[in-house]
Amino acid sequence: MMALRERAIVSLRSAPSLPRHVRIQYDPVRQAFAVLSPEKVFWPNEISLDILRRCDGQSSVERIIADLAADYDADPQDVAADVVAFLQEWSDKLLVKL
Amino acid sequence: MSAPLLPPIGMLAELTHRCPLQCPYCSNPLELLKANRELDTQTWLDLFSQAADLGVLQVHLSGGEPTLRRDLEQLIAGLSARGVYTNLITAGVGIAEGRIEAFAEAGLDHLQLSFQGARPVTTDRIGNHRGSHEKKLETAHRARAAGLPLTINAPVHRHNIEEVPEFIDLALSLDAERLEIANVQYAGWALANRDRLMPDLAAVNRQADIVAAARERLAGIMTIDFVTPDYFAIYPKPCMGGWARDAFMVAPDGTVLPCHAAQTIPSLRFERFGDRSLAEIWADSPAFNAFRGTEWMQEPCRSCERCEVDWGGCRCQAMAIAGDAAATDPACVKSPIHNRMAILTDAALAQAAPEGNESFIFRRIGATTRPDTPAEPARR
Repeated sequence: MMALRERAIVSLRSAPSLPRHVRIQYDPVRQAFAVLSPEKVFWPNEISLDILRRCDGQSSVERIIADLAADYDADPQDVAADVVAFLQEWSDKLLVKL
Repeated sequence: MSAPLLPPIGMLAELTHRCPLQCPYCSNPLELLKANRELDTQTWLDLFSQAADLGVLQVHLSGGEPTLRRDLEQLIAGLSARGVYTNLITAGVGIAEGRIEAFAEAGLDHLQLSFQGARPVTTDRIGNHRGSHEKKLETAHRARAAGLPLTINAPVHRHNIEEVPEFIDLALSLDAERLEIANVQYAGWALANRDRLMPDLAAVNRQADIVAAARERLAGIMTIDFVTPDYFAIYPKPCMGGWARDAFMVAPDGTVLPCHAAQTIPSLRFERFGDRSLAEIWADSPAFNAFRGTEWMQEPCRSCERCEVDWGGCRCQAMAIAGDAAATDPACVKSPIHNRMAILTDAALAQAAPEGNESFIFRRIGATTRPDTPAEPARR
């Protein structure tokens, strides 16, 4: 039997989004943002959270990189490498849709 | 208690012990509760609300078969209203028309569906329910059609370990995001049937290689979670992520437990929701505090550098095999009785019946209350 889906690879034109089974939620008990998924709860750091929040299915990876570089006053090249690696990892775990 | 008490993240709600299947490795206790012992709708809703206040972010709705509760839609809606992530763990047999859609509408986040085999004949034989495989396929299609993300759960033992490649194909064909290859944990009914279920080392190693290769091949396509077999382990699992550390479970009658099998530890007394609040039980229950943190540990756990990695392993396995719930889990290579795992495995394999002729103790009310009850012959 063949795989029906294929592995997605991050490109600058991808418009990432969170799949239905993944959501970001503020937890008032721990006063932190949690990412909820089928069997796991993640506690993303500030930068990861900033990337995930921009995964709205509208913004391109290129746009996300530009926004973050501006927000953090950082070199877009460095930001690009981090963002692409992060999104590929989360996509490989099916936690982000590309 | 050295470490600060943290709020729980996850809760497993065993809504009922009723189930159409009779899997011989069921994690429910041997003494199953009848329907008249189950909490009513409002009590479950109160419990869920207290759980959310306490910090629970995920609730796994399980059983028995949770869809036998006619109020399941209401329970899902109650959790959803509190922002709790809901995961329905179902056998997928006999779910009435329209209900899966109703669960999705009530806010269900995810559905986990068990398959006893990748082949219809295996599924039907292990669950002792003719036609169950077909019904499960239909449940998977209905769940996907309702937009629900899907995990396929495959409990693995001697009689289906060679079907692991087929389980992977099955999960892909059903458009599942996740597949759990879960080697059976020998507690509850699985302990009673251990000799009838234990796989051999060669099969375990083949399976591990197949899963490792599939994980690599399927990155970005399907996630495979692998629950490794304790009896062939070097280090134990951090059972429940550590006793009473960030998760707990509730039995159908409201008894609040640190894990599935905790009631097999005779020295512990458990409390019921309603007699005390969930917050009080989580913080103060002697059963929860018995093995919390690391203070309770004996050697070799106490001075082990892994004591906060695997938290001593499984208390119930220590009870079952070492006869002492505070002992190091015998699955650990550092346990003084670690070799007992291999002895038990060899003994199980020496008694293996020809394939297809195993006489399981099928899980049903009244089948047994003692693990050493002679097996009834399979009725198929």
